[in-house]
Amino acid sequence: MSELNLKNPVLRWFEARLPIMSFMHHSFVTYPTPRNLNYWWTFGGILTVMLIIQIITGIVLVMHYTPTTADAFNSVEHIMRDVNYGWLIRYVHSNGASMFFIAVYIHIFRGLYYGSYKDPREVLWILGVIILLLMMATAFMGYVLPWGQMSFWGATVITNLFSAIPGVGQAVVTWLWGGYSVDNPTLQRFFALHYLLPFVIFGVVILHIWALHHVGQNNPTGIDVKSNKDTVPFTPYAATKDNFALILFLMFFAYFVFYIPNYLGHADNYIPANPLQTPVHIVPEWYLLPFYAILRAIPSKLGGVVAMFASILVLVFVPWLDTSKVRSARYRPMYKQFFWILVICCIGLGYLGAKPAEGVYVIAARILTFYYFLHFLVILPLLGYLEKPKNVPPSIADSVLKGRESDPMPARAGARR
Amino acid sequence: MTVRGSAILVAAVAALALSQAAPAPAAEAAKPDRQSWSFQGPFGHYDRAQLQRGLKVYREVCQACHGLKLVAFRNLAETGGPEFSEGQVKTIASEYKIQDGPNDKGEMFERDGRPSDRFPSPDANEQAARARFNGSYPPDLSVIAKARSYEVGLPGALADFFRQYQEHGPDYLQALLTGYQEPPAGVTLPDGQYWNKYFPGNRIAMSQPLQDGQVSYTDGTPEKLDQYARDVSAFLMWAAEPHLEQRKRIGFQVMIFLIIFAGLMYFTKKKVWADAH
Repeated sequence: MSELNLKNPVLRWFEARLPIMSFMHHSFVTYPTPRNLNYWWTFGGILTVMLIIQIITGIVLVMHYTPTTADAFNSVEHIMRDVNYGWLIRYVHSNGASMFFIAVYIHIFRGLYYGSYKDPREVLWILGVIILLLMMATAFMGYVLPWGQMSFWGATVITNLFSAIPGVGQAVVTWLWGGYSVDNPTLQRFFALHYLLPFVIFGVVILHIWALHHVGQNNPTGIDVKSNKDTVPFTPYAATKDNFALILFLMFFAYFVFYIPNYLGHADNYIPANPLQTPVHIVPEWYLLPFYAILRAIPSKLGGVVAMFASILVLVFVPWLDTSKVRSARYRPMYKQFFWILVICCIGLGYLGAKPAEGVYVIAARILTFYYFLHFLVILPLLGYLEKPKNVPPSIADSVLKGRESDPMPARAGARR
Repeated sequence: MTVRGSAILVAAVAALALSQAAPAPAAEAAKPDRQSWSFQGPFGHYDRAQLQRGLKVYREVCQACHGLKLVAFRNLAETGGPEFSEGQVKTIASEYKIQDGPNDKGEMFERDGRPSDRFPSPDANEQAARARFNGSYPPDLSVIAKARSYEVGLPGALADFFRQYQEHGPDYLQALLTGYQEPPAGVTLPDGQYWNKYFPGNRIAMSQPLQDGQVSYTDGTPEKLDQYARDVSAFLMWAAEPHLEQRKRIGFQVMIFLIIFAGLMYFTKKKVWADAH
């Protein structure tokens, strides 16, 4: 399997019975990575680290948290006040969720830009969409656990969405709540699932990495690896680069944790949950806002729920909706423009999700929702026929060694000597 | 990073700020003025004397109606807070009656407070408070400084990210305590309602709690409403975030560590990649 040469007889004995060391060596040391990967490719590693940080801080938080409506809020404050470095663990965990989403959104848009979802990476991409869905469910249930006003009312609004299902909707909602309103049974099951789902995510991440290592990484040119001149070994090349990017990301993360830990939160969540008092505006966490905007843009309740889930599910079909033979937007002049319009569209939806659903905001949200689906269902399929791609370089090595075209996503390291 | 790259980063931060520009509950309430707080910014720390004065205001005025149930007397002696001496904390605690029990006869009893006790709330429960206050419930003040905010709009939210401004809560509290006014012409308030410029909806069930000269200060600080409001708001910020100083101090150490680590990693990466192209 590899050139791993073990000298220690104990390790050799073990390796003959379970070849895990040569597997790790093959996957994370000699594994060939395209030599032109830019810094947008470092977010996969960053996401792995974020998942581990969330799981470790989460397990410590669970040691001090009490999942009952009477005690949840105060047990979180107990963590903040009385547990040694409890404030640090909690702020890392709560801001870590936001950092996780920043990284995953960059990771997804990188995939869209460089065509990382195309043959033979469709399964890799779909596993990614499943991870995104699991992350959203996990984050939503995690936000309920402090049992503040936004926790309670966010849970009420989101679980009520299921009442839109024709016929059985109300029964489904009662089943989800474990009663006739969001209450103690709801909190306890959300807690149980919030603890479970990260490990499910971890499992799907392993499949995601397995699929990645099986088909090989895409790269900024989008062309296949043809010879070993096109690649460099993971260690030390990708490893040093990933680590450098990770440290920069951790600095961004630490800035939030230590200096503005409540910047991304909502003040209302420091008010204990009160079923008798509805907040003036119920807003989800920032990373769910674009989907919340789509939900509210559709005039019918069922339609809104369908559109919201469709906005994520449509990603599953992107490998087949994109009809272009060329992967990378670097050689797709028209797609490149539409890509950036889509980015602006998503940011716009996020902004509208935070605004009250009234007046001009509703109209804008409808236009952007329409455009979001237009991009995937109409523009993407048509572009493959309408667009004339630029010439693709003959090999990855050629693209790196003979200068490079202008590239909106800066690919610095590959060009440096 | 290239210009384009930095532009994308700025756009990403702007997108985050956008989402934070969400409206806070606001009817026609005025926007509080920004105050200058000793605890803002990367090296912010509480002003011990101010926290001690704030505690005095809380105990002599606010405490009649509002609880502080998450704060323990021992916290008053901890570093990064008002830093009273152990002896002073014992004295303060002993001035409170704490319900304890049941004893070995199965009865609840009252005893003097100890440093390990938390501030007892003025009412036994929410219903008792509502019965006493004509249906209104004076909220517990333990985390009030983090539970109140005001809308800053978009450029403001972005500026707050870079300025590390997180003091919207104390700004609001200071404004609220000094924001009592006569109601505008044509508005008649029912009994038990007062007009406050900064309160969402303007009609507040709390009468103006602080007046000039109401609490005596022993350190020569002016005994003015504005000063009382400032001191008690700072105290409540500490009550809500008692480890703020430790957080900022460790944050600075973490940043220094990460900057050095990033520098070393950058040159390592550069050397590794030198022969690749």
